[in-house]
Amino acid sequence: MADEVILLDFWPSMFGMRCRLALAEKGVKYEYKEEDLKNKSDLLLRMNPVHKKIPVLVHNGKPVCESLIILQYIEETWPDRCPLLPSDPYQRAQARFWADYIDKKFYGLGRKVWTTKGEEQEVAKKELIEIMKVLEGELGDKPFFGGEKLGFVDVAIVPFSTWFYAYEMCGNFSIEAECPKLIAWTKRCLEIETVSKSLVDPHKVYDFILQLKKALGIE
Amino acid sequence: MAKGGEVKLIGGWPSPFVMRPRIALNLKGLEYEFLEEKFGAKSELLLRSNPVHKKIPVLLHADRPVCESLVIVQYIDEAWPSSGPSILPSDPYDRATARFWAAYIDEKWFPSMSGIARAQGEEAKKAAIDLVVEGLSLLEDAFGKISKGKPFFGGDTIGFLDIALGCFLGWVRVTERTQGLKLLDQAKVPGLAKWAERFCADSAVKGVMPETEKLAEFAKLIMAKFGAPPPQ
Repeated sequence: MADEVILLDFWPSMFGMRCRLALAEKGVKYEYKEEDLKNKSDLLLRMNPVHKKIPVLVHNGKPVCESLIILQYIEETWPDRCPLLPSDPYQRAQARFWADYIDKKFYGLGRKVWTTKGEEQEVAKKELIEIMKVLEGELGDKPFFGGEKLGFVDVAIVPFSTWFYAYEMCGNFSIEAECPKLIAWTKRCLEIETVSKSLVDPHKVYDFILQLKKALGIE
Repeated sequence: MAKGGEVKLIGGWPSPFVMRPRIALNLKGLEYEFLEEKFGAKSELLLRSNPVHKKIPVLLHADRPVCESLVIVQYIDEAWPSSGPSILPSDPYDRATARFWAAYIDEKWFPSMSGIARAQGEEAKKAAIDLVVEGLSLLEDAFGKISKGKPFFGGDTIGFLDIALGCFLGWVRVTERTQGLKLLDQAKVPGLAKWAERFCADSAVKGVMPETEKLAEFAKLIMAKFGAPPPQ
């Protein structure tokens, strides 16, 4: 029986992009359903009643929520193709640690960069750059966080790069000037077809942010 | 069986997060050296082993650090696969379900618990308590669906989600005592109330669950010193 895989998503979401990329890496066919977050579908509310958020992976009618949990589910359900996690338990623990680090630190700060001004924004920018430098340290001389190939941490982080242009424009700074290694890594990732196909255009993200700012009454 | 000296855990007795790997190590029948941190002063070893977050718990396995309590629990499960029961379920969907509720507990439910002590004024306190009770009702529901009539979320033995939630039971009891509440109410959350008793009585948990009295005293000390509940 063929698998039925549906992804409930919202195009600029970096969390949704993680899932798109993992499914692409695994060569899993799925139906992409775009959600209007101002008017959430019945399906979304039924599939994620606790958080009512995207992304949600629906596999043969059963929902999996939370992007990093979805990534691990995809990895464990389709283990034979393109493993995202290493087989060694210690390396796996390190990968999980860094994916967790991103979720704890990155998103909130990025949000502050495009929603605030003045001193608050300066602090957010500074902290965001510090986090990126920590990530550069972890990357080291490796081409990818996963080593020679794209891995779990790469899939977890690279979608955030689609928001870098928006952060730079809103915050009036250059991420490349501060973190050239991280930008080099994002460019390396984008050379991979599954990545370039799964990630959205940063300029479109910036347009989306501008519209959102207007709607929220933020200058 | 881990040899003496091979496994160390940096932690503190009051921390529910530290309790998680301790329970996991006990389930696996593994010996370890417990390196107790002094509250308010972080050791060189901790700062070296967890430079990113500088927090406990940190597991040191043959001197290699693993940080973040749930990452550590999964590591223990995977590094010693033939010792003791499996901590995570084997089916990918069940694993995703366990991880989902563990994340809910860490990101939503436990912060709501801390919210009770922090709430200023009657109204805010009531709202904070309602939030926790709401969460417990969701967890009661989840327990029913996941345990399928068995004693634990993990089935016949303690598993990942039991550990993720159970570690907070000491603090639940302290909150019940200091606020004059009944959170694990037999009438409202019968499944969880009985599960909590079974969990605390389990041999893997008994020795590492702090006594409510001791915890309550510790909480008082923290509030007096910092004017706020202990950090997460």
